[in-house]
Amino acid sequence: MALNLILLVLLLVAGIWTVLTTRLVRSVVGLALVSAVVSILIFRLNSPLAAAFELSVCAGLISVIFVTTISFTQRLTAERLEERRKERLGKYWYLPVILIIFGILLVVFKPKLDFPLPQVPSEQDTRNIIWHMRHVDLLGQILIILAGVFGVVILFKEPKK
Amino acid sequence: MNLAGAQTFWYFYIAIMLLFVMGAYYIIASFNLIRVLIGLELLIKAVTLLSILTGYLTHNEGLAQALVITLIVIEVVIMVVAGGIVVCIYRNNKSLDTRKLKELKG
Repeated sequence: MALNLILLVLLLVAGIWTVLTTRLVRSVVGLALVSAVVSILIFRLNSPLAAAFELSVCAGLISVIFVTTISFTQRLTAERLEERRKERLGKYWYLPVILIIFGILLVVFKPKLDFPLPQVPSEQDTRNIIWHMRHVDLLGQILIILAGVFGVVILFKEPKK
Repeated sequence: MNLAGAQTFWYFYIAIMLLFVMGAYYIIASFNLIRVLIGLELLIKAVTLLSILTGYLTHNEGLAQALVITLIVIEVVIMVVAGGIVVCIYRNNKSLDTRKLKELKG
């Protein structure tokens, strides 16, 4: 429990840093840290395959996508950055207050979580579930990946001059 | 089947809810398109962790992992396409500010 608590606190700290930091690249690094901590928590919750996916894809690939997108945009000047910092300070100081109040409310009025859930087939092997029980999901994933590739080709196509 | 063991993991639920609030606040308060995407990512992280935790508590880790893997694949495609859209918007407007996206075609 102690390690889980430490990891959850680290998760929240990384999340707050992601939200509050001024520079976009630092925000992306914070997001990668959130993903890494989430993957450790997933691993500790007895789901190693999902943890490996989360770490490689979310902490790795998505960070690369964000950094690539940021590299296409222009860097802010020092004055503009300072201006943005003041603007953000006015906008985001509510967040820690909201989080503290919300957290205290949740601790005081612990929600009852003993509601019934629908019965699902109990199969523990993820590979069996993916390949045999939920193969329609695989078809959906393939279609979505193809749609994504098509979308990227269309979006990054250079306009004809 | 129910979430009988959920009370033992109450601190997980609190952290997940706070992460969700953080992502939602970021999306609402920010006017930068890339920051909106990062906020969406925070929301997805909260949902991912909640799915895995529910699978763990109901002893259905296999099913939870299969669903999370599907979620991650869809998440990546969404982020790639959204990144492409953001770059296109930046090329056309020279800005990522959502307040300046008022002059769209159509």
